[in-house]
Amino acid sequence: MAIDTAPAAARRIGISRRTSKWDVKVSPYLYISPFFLSFAVFGIFPIAFNVVVAMHSWHRRLGQGDFVGLDNFRWVLEQPAFWTSLQNTFSIFLLSIGPQLFFALAIAAFLDQNLRTKTFWRMSVLVPFVVMPVATALIFGQIFGQFGLVTPVIQELGLFTDVNSPFYQDRVLSHVAIATMVNFRWTGYNALIFLAAMQAVPRELYEAATIDGGGRLRQFLSITVPNIRATMIFVVLTMTIGGLQIFDEARMYDGTGTGGSNNQWLTTVLYLFNLGFGDWPDRLGHAAAVAWLFALVIIAFAVINFALTRRIASSKATRSKVPASTTRTLIAEARTAAEASSRAAREAGVPTLLGTASRTGHPDALTHAQGDTER
Amino acid sequence: MSTALIENISGKGAKRYAQKRAAKGRPIKLSSQSHNPANRRPAWPTYVFLSVVVAVSVFPLYYTALLGSSTRIEIAQSPIPRLLPGVQLLHNLRDIVGHHQIEFWMSFANSLLVAVIVSASTVFFSTLAGFSFAKLTFRGRRTLYVFIIATMAIPMQLGTIPMFIMMNSFGWIDTLTALIVPNLVVAFGVFWMTQYLSEALPYELIEAARVDGASMFRTFWSIAMPAARPAAATLALFTFVGSWNNFFWPSVVLRSQMTLPLVIPQLRGAFTADHALVMSGVLLIALPLLVVFVFVGKQLVSGVMAGAVKG
Repeated sequence: MAIDTAPAAARRIGISRRTSKWDVKVSPYLYISPFFLSFAVFGIFPIAFNVVVAMHSWHRRLGQGDFVGLDNFRWVLEQPAFWTSLQNTFSIFLLSIGPQLFFALAIAAFLDQNLRTKTFWRMSVLVPFVVMPVATALIFGQIFGQFGLVTPVIQELGLFTDVNSPFYQDRVLSHVAIATMVNFRWTGYNALIFLAAMQAVPRELYEAATIDGGGRLRQFLSITVPNIRATMIFVVLTMTIGGLQIFDEARMYDGTGTGGSNNQWLTTVLYLFNLGFGDWPDRLGHAAAVAWLFALVIIAFAVINFALTRRIASSKATRSKVPASTTRTLIAEARTAAEASSRAAREAGVPTLLGTASRTGHPDALTHAQGDTER
Repeated sequence: MSTALIENISGKGAKRYAQKRAAKGRPIKLSSQSHNPANRRPAWPTYVFLSVVVAVSVFPLYYTALLGSSTRIEIAQSPIPRLLPGVQLLHNLRDIVGHHQIEFWMSFANSLLVAVIVSASTVFFSTLAGFSFAKLTFRGRRTLYVFIIATMAIPMQLGTIPMFIMMNSFGWIDTLTALIVPNLVVAFGVFWMTQYLSEALPYELIEAARVDGASMFRTFWSIAMPAARPAAATLALFTFVGSWNNFFWPSVVLRSQMTLPLVIPQLRGAFTADHALVMSGVLLIALPLLVVFVFVGKQLVSGVMAGAVKG
């Protein structure tokens, strides 16, 4: 018996060693492959393919037509609706960013106290986030509509005499209505992000300020705001990228969903949708061209935005009384230290790009960089 | 120590107490706990302000419930037809659910099916990839990880038209497959799970499992998966909400098949001038997630807050 089992056992070890080596080498790639497969098919390929589509006339059912080169781009740039849609998109975005930041900061400041029933208040401000955006659009469409809450009031005041709701007739007012939906959905959400940042501000700073006689507002402006600047930049960046892609609210604002009779609230993504899937079945090529142009606009805007916020952040430093040379030395030192620590992290095997990410300001990298879900 | 300072630091109640003590000739001092202004309970204006915020947050839903409990005639007479929701709501809801043009239950089932599959698969594949990126060593790990993060910056609208053409050639137009397959795993999920696992999963545990002869997958399944549970739950929740509420992509690829967000435009078509019925339908469609929110809201809150940068 012993003679029989010994070689078999030895062979089994041999096999398992070989499989184990294979297991160690191949498994890591195997585990990350689902994402890369999915991204190749539904991420990279569509983007590359979009170049082809944008240079052809393309029919929804009949498919690929003639090669037209850059004609689709020319056609789009000649459409007044395209430019209107860009203006509307930015107008709605600008109308939502200010109020949203203001109220989110205010709500966060009030939440950042030793409240009773803390969880209740936090959950309450998140309610709008779980209301389906399409439903929100219809509800606010009703509120701002002809038989809604706002229109009778302003008609009573004699501001508008038209029987129809000015929030549908007037371009800017329709943007106000749509921005209100966006603000409704995201203010509480951003307030919680700010709240998390505020809780990380050392309490000793407030204690010191209180003893020095600084009031609540003064503390908020001089301690809270400077300490959460990184989070504010992050929120503004995500608001920019998300806000420019607005679609649901504009599509659902009225019954036809095409952006108003005179394109009052036509946004660029809605314009893309109308071209691709609207009344004319042969405009997929044009829609693809809009997609390219719009992607460029978003990237440009994000870059400008980032440069601006960065300049604002650094202009603080030049205003200080420390000589510029000292500042430069300090910055250089800090940079070396940061690089050293990120190198150390890399060597320790922490697969993160925290160091680089927060310096280049990638929004998503910033988001979850230091997150811990169990807080 | 003056009572004014005590009021500044510990509030009005503490000041009154200090004044009483001072009147009796006893020494007054700040206790160590009340010394920190962060521990002090806020006064009533805070609660008033927050109550207003909550009122604004729920008012649109309440207003929808009011309109939904009315009849068409009542709405024509007054923009606020009543002050409390009533039984008419149930009649209206019955009309919606039973309406031949609106397949409420079918759409509900479709939405649920898509959201469940997409979140389960996103969690599984993200945790798998996250485990690999966080804890295994292989060539190109860092480059590939940076690449994944970089992909998150791509605006998705760029691919809409080609994706539609692809779905068309796969024969997936008007099928739920078109909603599920492209969303089986996303970059954000991989990023999220990698971040979590690199901190939450000690190497010792993995080594112990390996020494005991567990295969890589066994190690993942019995060690990494349980360790990843809190982050996985949050990821599942957010993926579920995202899929449930998604409107853009379903309106591109679906025709006769419906998910709940697509039912809302249908309401307008089915009940053209009847705002009461439309609004009760809106309420009905928004309701399921709000019910879920009652149970998981706490986790959703901590998820949003964990997504933030610490100053």
